Amino acid sequence: MKKNSTFWLFFAVLVVAALAAPLAIASTFWIDFLTLTLFLAVLGQGWNILGGYGGQFSFGHAVFFGTGAYLQVILQAKLGFNPWAAIPFAILGGIVIGAFTGFLSFRYGLRGSYFALITLAFAEAFRVLATSADAITDGGQGIYITLNQDPTKALATLQFGAGNGYYYCAVIITVISLLIAFWIENSRFGAQLVAIREDEDAAEAIGVNAFKVKMQAICLSGAITAFGGVFYAQKFLFMDPNIAYGPVKSVEMLVMPIIGGMGTIFGPLVGSFFLHTLGEVSKHAAHELVGDRPGLDLIVYGIALVLILALLPNGLVGLIRRLFRREVSRA
Amino acid sequence: MYDPSIIAASIINGLMTGAIYSLVALGLTLIYGVLHIINFAHGSLLMLCMYGVWFLYAQAGIDPYLALPLVAAGAFCLGYGLQRSVIGKTSHGRDEIILLVTLGVSIIIENIALFAFTANERVVQVPYDIDGIDLGITFLVVPQIAAFVASLAITAALWLFIARTYTGKAIRAVAKERQGARLVGVNVDHIFAVSFGIGTACLGAAACLLAPTFPISPQIGYIFVLIAFTVVVLGGMGSFVGALIGGFIIGVTESLGGLFFGESLGKLGISLIFILILLFRPTGLFGQRM
Repeated sequence: MKKNSTFWLFFAVLVVAALAAPLAIASTFWIDFLTLTLFLAVLGQGWNILGGYGGQFSFGHAVFFGTGAYLQVILQAKLGFNPWAAIPFAILGGIVIGAFTGFLSFRYGLRGSYFALITLAFAEAFRVLATSADAITDGGQGIYITLNQDPTKALATLQFGAGNGYYYCAVIITVISLLIAFWIENSRFGAQLVAIREDEDAAEAIGVNAFKVKMQAICLSGAITAFGGVFYAQKFLFMDPNIAYGPVKSVEMLVMPIIGGMGTIFGPLVGSFFLHTLGEVSKHAAHELVGDRPGLDLIVYGIALVLILALLPNGLVGLIRRLFRREVSRA
Repeated sequence: MYDPSIIAASIINGLMTGAIYSLVALGLTLIYGVLHIINFAHGSLLMLCMYGVWFLYAQAGIDPYLALPLVAAGAFCLGYGLQRSVIGKTSHGRDEIILLVTLGVSIIIENIALFAFTANERVVQVPYDIDGIDLGITFLVVPQIAAFVASLAITAALWLFIARTYTGKAIRAVAKERQGARLVGVNVDHIFAVSFGIGTACLGAAACLLAPTFPISPQIGYIFVLIAFTVVVLGGMGSFVGALIGGFIIGVTESLGGLFFGESLGKLGISLIFILILLFRPTGLFGQRM
């Protein structure tokens, strides 16, 4: 019970701080920074459910992100859907793709690195399909949502322009993803998932239906990640095959929770915050020296990833917990 | 319907490209066979080698084929150092963790290239790039022929090295039973790094053979890592023969896929083969043995 009260305390402080942040921060740059940080924390949480809690490392999570984002754009641009009405279909798309890829991979017993490789191949297959299916996706040039310029319709069209609307949306989906992770940590399903991560054969021996639990995990993970895709689509009003299914999003999604702490509620958020801050700092430093060039933030992510894997297998959350415990035991 | 001669020409072109794929995959399969590491950084290391070739060409005017020994030697040192100082140090624990470490290495390499060279494509232009042999049904240019012949020669040389030399014997011993090898006095860490170095040297050679026909950009690592994995999984992880034959199959598939389904959709064939092999025959065509 004590563990849960700590969670609610952290959670309440975070929500209040997040809601109050726009009052204290006037710069649109930093609000945008926070928005993207929260957005990637949500994607990271999607990965974390399958990879962190379930131990199934996906290298192609973009397949869920891209499907959610593409459905959100296509339903509006090609079929005239209202953005609110498109959301359930986009999330359902993530679940369907999760069930499809999960069924194939888990039914045929792919584990460990083999699972990582097949998810990579799925993402690449979808990238090729999205590029080729001109009639649906407008191919490689990408597809746009019509821009709404009437501020009174911001909520109806889910387009908030330059204001804080996107930030509050990001806070809402972050809260939802945190609550889902909290539920997982405290549910029978979560316990079974962790058991599979620790030792799949042993879990099966004590009666866990590993296939079923992994299927549920990949569908849930797909749903959250597709939800993140919906947010991206509404924020940038554009999608193309490389953004949707390219390797960059897949990599970002797995780096956040690994740095922050796999299989922890706050890991993806902590990782996203840490990495974005680090990326921004190094960008500023490089800006002074050589001017603006792409790639620097990802170099930092890569170095952080290797260092964390080598030195802190439980990520930053693990480190914080360890320091906290040491303080407590010393007192 | 397609003219049989067009199909034949497409197959011949596919075999030429396939030879380079074999060479790239050979490095990957060697590293897997000995270290049991799935080296995700393979594609980005190839990309780095190609920038090395371009640099020698653009700065010193060295022909890519003459640069081959130099680049391969450099790549060997890079791979040896990488294994000794980074991957070997962090590779305790589960194989997915090692996969993530090599992913981290590939992110670093790829984005250093992006940062240093930007996303612009670099081209290595050799003066004889349109000379060649007319086969009647298709025209093979010098870079294609050179890549085909050199890839096969390097594969044969590597096979001889593994089969006949003392180091080769030690590599085979470590691949089979690392504890046993350690007990009879093989320096396992050294052999690990040597294998990683040889695997990377294959990439150095492949980079020289690819450079005259393939524009260089930081993103090509990702393209090649997918192809190399497909070849290796198709041929069987750790199998030399598998890598060779798998390379040809993928080269021809890619070429025929492009002919029948167009440039864009044709690429689907590789991902599909990869998925199907992983699902239905994860040991590949030639099993688990080296």
